[in-house]
Amino acid sequence: MPTTASPAHALADVAASESTLRRFLHGLPGVDAVGLEARAAALGTRSIKTTAKAFAIDLAISMVDLTTLEGADTPGKVRALGAKAVRPDPTDRTTPATAAVCVYPDMVATAKEAVAGSSVKVASVATAFPAGRAALSVKLADVRDAVAAGADEIDMVIDRGAFLSGDYGKVYDEIVAVREACGTSARLKVIFETGELSTYDNIRRASWLGMLAGADFIKTSTGKVAVNATPANTLLMLEAVRDFRAQTGVQIGVKPAGGIRTTKDAIKFLVLVNETAGEDWLDNHWFRFGASSLLNDLLMQRQKLATGRYSGPDYVTVD
Amino acid sequence: MSERNNERLSVFKTYKLYVGGKFPRSESGRVYEVTDSKGKWLANAPQSSRKDARDAVVAARKAFGGWSGATAYNRGQILYRVAEMLEGRKAQFAREVADAEGLSKSRAAEQVDAAIDRWVWYAGWTDKIAQVVGGGNPVAGPYFNLSSPEPTGVVTVLAPQESSFLGLVSVLAPVIATGNTAIVVASEKAPLPALSLGEVLATSDVPGGVVNVLSGRTAEIATPLAAHQDVNAIDLAGADDVLAKELEIAAADNLKRVLRPQPVDDWSATPGTDRMTAFLETKTVWHPTGSLGASGSAY
Repeated sequence: MPTTASPAHALADVAASESTLRRFLHGLPGVDAVGLEARAAALGTRSIKTTAKAFAIDLAISMVDLTTLEGADTPGKVRALGAKAVRPDPTDRTTPATAAVCVYPDMVATAKEAVAGSSVKVASVATAFPAGRAALSVKLADVRDAVAAGADEIDMVIDRGAFLSGDYGKVYDEIVAVREACGTSARLKVIFETGELSTYDNIRRASWLGMLAGADFIKTSTGKVAVNATPANTLLMLEAVRDFRAQTGVQIGVKPAGGIRTTKDAIKFLVLVNETAGEDWLDNHWFRFGASSLLNDLLMQRQKLATGRYSGPDYVTVD
Repeated sequence: MSERNNERLSVFKTYKLYVGGKFPRSESGRVYEVTDSKGKWLANAPQSSRKDARDAVVAARKAFGGWSGATAYNRGQILYRVAEMLEGRKAQFAREVADAEGLSKSRAAEQVDAAIDRWVWYAGWTDKIAQVVGGGNPVAGPYFNLSSPEPTGVVTVLAPQESSFLGLVSVLAPVIATGNTAIVVASEKAPLPALSLGEVLATSDVPGGVVNVLSGRTAEIATPLAAHQDVNAIDLAGADDVLAKELEIAAADNLKRVLRPQPVDDWSATPGTDRMTAFLETKTVWHPTGSLGASGSAY
């Protein structure tokens, strides 16, 4: 990274052509995999108790993108999910609402209705989720549909095939095109599917590529493959958004998704955020959890803190 | 040669908990000293914390669907298998029981024999209890009316403090025979036979999580279990009067089924079906027969 030129200027040139982009991405420092995993594991050993735990649980609840992405989703299920997102624990009105509900594009209108009048946003996956295997025109139509139906946030998947074959320009152009299709109303989350990118170096490159192309959020995974969000790959992405802000002044959010099921896991991620990106990211505008079963565990832990006795799955909803 | 044998270093056994089919140490890392009836050190047993109890409940809940859904016949086979496995380790259990309760070798062996017979006895009951406490009920209407016993769910069992093995088996076997899953809090003074039973259960086709064995201070482990919202019933056999009262109050919060401590003089006496029916719910189904045809039959 040249240190003499002003950073914003340096990054403005990066996407000028395919070759400058490639040179920049391959010029990013390599990731020390052992060090990264050790760092993530070490931060995971912090003990968060009592009032700090209560704060962390409420913060985590407010960061959940309550997700249902099944072929079997019905309007009824989406409405139930919306109700839960607005008021996660009806027996305790002090429970914060979740950040958003995340659904397929055809369910956006239903979800919008279900969360109307609340702070809960509606996020929609688009661009031929989860594989991303469709022509650009189809992907853009998918995005426009979701935005027209009222989606506040769009979760797009990158073309992993193009990325892995080194066609960074194509991935970049696609993100830019989707960004345009989102217009000014919707925030764009870019899903890298880290489980399919094979190496940490690739995850770092994808993160920078996404940020350069105008993502508002970078997101680990779809939740549809074997390896989803891990502390290590999320730590890597948090380092990327931290460095990106340091160089450009632009803040970008991070969303780990898939495989985060327990309160303990969620708190580990919050420690990562605080220790890596910093307090500025400890807000649901900048950090989200893509999850469905996590919310129930958070609610059970919250009930435990409030009453002193362990709660059980009979006292939260079955989704 | 024999002299060299005497020099051999003894291999001490690390007793561990049995939770979810695995043998973890206590999450707290604590152990406590277990002594025989004369105060001589026997081994260190894990001293479980409330978090071990919580983990045990999660394991028991996870195992409940499979165990309660298994056919009664299959459960009987598995419980019989437990007896078979115990038979092969009689000597070990006799030694542990003799140490724990200060019994002679022969008395301890009798206790172990009785405990094995008790497993066989309850193994036989698994597919017969439904006929005894369920069945067709005569009703005034064109209905079949059927009652069938269903397991209560996750049951916490406080094992008797004095009878470390026969007493333990006598309270545990009836709970799992009918399809419940159990969290056993072993006798505080004499937990070793219970912890060894975990090793037997792990090799007897009993699915992990169906029985979870915790050792430690009974009051410390039982209190969070009694208040736990995901535990459906609690057997207070191993609680003294004061503790039993406290636990019963805590258990009332989510309407747990509570079995109060019953005085037992002789654990080897035939127990009857009471301990099984204590943790059964009756499901009654009404099924219309339709109108009767000319033949007097609905078919």
